[in-house]
Amino acid sequence: MDISQYLNIFVEESKEHLQDLNTSLLELEKDPGNISILNEIFRVAHTLKGMAGTMGYTKMSNLTHKMEDVLDGLRNSRIQVSSDVVDVLFKCLDALESYVGIVSTTGNEGEEDYSEIVEFLSEILDKSKGTKGTDNKENKTFTEDKNNHLKLELNEYDKNVIENAFGQSLNVYQIYVELDQKCLLKAARAFIIFQILEKNSDIIKSVPPVNDIEDEKFDYYFTVIVISKYDKEFFTKELNSVSEVRKVEITEITRNHLGNIRHAPDTDVKRSEEKETKHVMKDSSQKSAEKKLSSKTVRVDIERLDVLMNLVSELIIIKTRLDGLISDNGDRECAQTIESLERVTTSLHDAVMKVRMVPVETVFNRFPRMVRDISRELGKDIELHMSGVETELDRTVIDEIGDPLIHILRNSADHGIEKPEERISRGKDKTGNIWLRAYQAGNNVIIEVDDDGAGIDIDKVRRKILEKGLESEEIINGLTDEEIIQYLFMPNFSTSDKITDLSGRGVGLDVVKTKIEALGGNVELISKRGQGSKTIIRLPLTLAIIQALLVMVGTEKYAIPLNSIREIYNLNPQDIKFVRNQEVTVLRDTVIPIIRLHDVLDIEREPDGNKKSLTCVIVKKGEKLSGLIVDSLINQQEIVIKSLGKLLSGIRCIAGATILGDGNVALILDVNSIV
Amino acid sequence: MAANQKQYVIFQIENDEYGADINKVTIIERMLNITRVPKTPPYIKGVINLRGDIIPVMDLRTRFFLPEREADDNTRIIIIDISGISYGIIVDSVVEVLQFEESSIESVSGFTSNVSLDYISGVAKSGERLITLLNLEKLVSEFTNV
Repeated sequence: MDISQYLNIFVEESKEHLQDLNTSLLELEKDPGNISILNEIFRVAHTLKGMAGTMGYTKMSNLTHKMEDVLDGLRNSRIQVSSDVVDVLFKCLDALESYVGIVSTTGNEGEEDYSEIVEFLSEILDKSKGTKGTDNKENKTFTEDKNNHLKLELNEYDKNVIENAFGQSLNVYQIYVELDQKCLLKAARAFIIFQILEKNSDIIKSVPPVNDIEDEKFDYYFTVIVISKYDKEFFTKELNSVSEVRKVEITEITRNHLGNIRHAPDTDVKRSEEKETKHVMKDSSQKSAEKKLSSKTVRVDIERLDVLMNLVSELIIIKTRLDGLISDNGDRECAQTIESLERVTTSLHDAVMKVRMVPVETVFNRFPRMVRDISRELGKDIELHMSGVETELDRTVIDEIGDPLIHILRNSADHGIEKPEERISRGKDKTGNIWLRAYQAGNNVIIEVDDDGAGIDIDKVRRKILEKGLESEEIINGLTDEEIIQYLFMPNFSTSDKITDLSGRGVGLDVVKTKIEALGGNVELISKRGQGSKTIIRLPLTLAIIQALLVMVGTEKYAIPLNSIREIYNLNPQDIKFVRNQEVTVLRDTVIPIIRLHDVLDIEREPDGNKKSLTCVIVKKGEKLSGLIVDSLINQQEIVIKSLGKLLSGIRCIAGATILGDGNVALILDVNSIV
Repeated sequence: MAANQKQYVIFQIENDEYGADINKVTIIERMLNITRVPKTPPYIKGVINLRGDIIPVMDLRTRFFLPEREADDNTRIIIIDISGISYGIIVDSVVEVLQFEESSIESVSGFTSNVSLDYISGVAKSGERLITLLNLEKLVSEFTNV
């Protein structure tokens, strides 16, 4: 069966479920006794198991199956919720995320079978087999002691069905079947029994579930509840006549039993009921109150949005050029028309940008887990408070802002927040706090990371600057605290005495700064010794972003807007001919002019000599094609267009500049003025 | 500071000292990577990335027809802002900040120097030193049509 068409859906939905799982596990840790959280987690694991099974991902399905077993034990109190158990569950979550990751790139689940984790889960299950769980009627499902009657859990649905059966004067039986311990093909035996039952009755419940029985995942006994017009003797005779059946115990279920049989949380329920309970839970946590009212929406392919975005960005570049040309000209009416054009293009750009806006929640939601893991790793007690998660940022910014934020949060956790004993000795609460806030201020989005830790040791930084020989002692003493802090953003600067896994390599903050500046924003670090530190990231709301091809011309990097590019061609210098003094070449029966970018940009170039091929970027201007010769291609990426400033905006051939990932500037070529 | 005192950032190019009106100086930076911009006058070295903003940078040595020199530890870029327009000037070193009485600043008529008179707004004395005060607007007038 070709399942590849479902890959996308599988990945998308799995990611959503895993996110739910993440949130629920965190909640569970704080509130271990909460059955509804356990049920939610169980439901998600169950769904994931089904999805993985359908797609043929046996390893993933196996892992989720084991998780289910443990979760089942948890919600029936056969296993106690402890931090070890939660840790293992988190490990399962990580493993599942990694499976989904591999699936999304390769289509298979990969080779890992996480046998360790499966071991852990089995251990937990084994330990639980010794315990009988609480005696509390509400929580117990059935006893393992085979001598007693097995009383099965019946949920509301089951009871309704049974009530119905009574209404139709049908019999309802609980049938317990025990197979011979020496039976070799348990599943086959069970299958025969199920066939008999199905022929003569309706099976409404089975413990263990039918799937497990088919997979031979049961001991040597199972229990079913059936509704039939036939009576007890009939079944006893029929079932006992099957070979290798050691014992058949049939109990008639009557209305009295319905009263006795304990309530059990819904497991295998109809979808609508599942949704209902989900909604109820969400209401109680007030999530629905915060969700926006659903208005009419349209699902749009991201690619289409990108096309729209690129066209608008190109429009802006052209408008900027026009602006430059007109102001040279001085024609008043032209200038006014350009102004109108500017207003419309800006509005158009804004509108399209809004479409690309995504709430920061998508980035923030993995942080609580991360902070939890870090605080355990470091032996500290840290709580993360997030606010403003609905604040929106452009999609590209969202993609890029994750890593810098992780780094800043790690810094707070590692260097900022002190160990509990130290905090207490300073008169602080033993729990350290990190606040992560996002909000909009004017044309910017501000993200703050605030901690109540130890703050930055300015003197230590001063000493480090001296040590590294960056400045003389006098100058260092003359600098203000704020100016000293700026040094932390320099490459390879760290006051950490030791390098931990997390930080201390001195690599982080300068990369953070560069990344944020490449997005058109800036970073500020404020600190008060003993009280804490605050990192403020400012990002512009509106960005001019285009897809571009980065190329090398000589030793310089230039960006060519992707929209202008038709194709890349390896041109043989021999194929360059001259027509009326202009270099041309023939490309699939069309004559196109060749333009040497070195000449346009006043860069020295080597003669073609014996070069086998030249890299030629075929660009289009309307219907006209031209070939631009460059030295080499670097890569394709989205870039943020920055203006060259008032002084240089009139330069022909250059449409603007962009800041690359390494902090350097690359100029953006204005194809229209070159060809 | 009294109303008729003006402060200047004093910097050195070759052996001469110059002053820039401190009100127009935004910040002084160490040498940064400069990206060349084609089709610009030779004294425009290119642009730099200053905390996310693209700022054009001028080499004053070239501007004053002096031979170019490799940047060293003392080289600085002084970022100037005149009514919203920012640009940087590369200088050999930044010395100090001095204050001059407005009345003690002499005008330039009758002076000869290798710097075009257009760019000089005046000359000030500090002890034995002669400080040439620059007209920061005129330095970029070619672009701003001032």
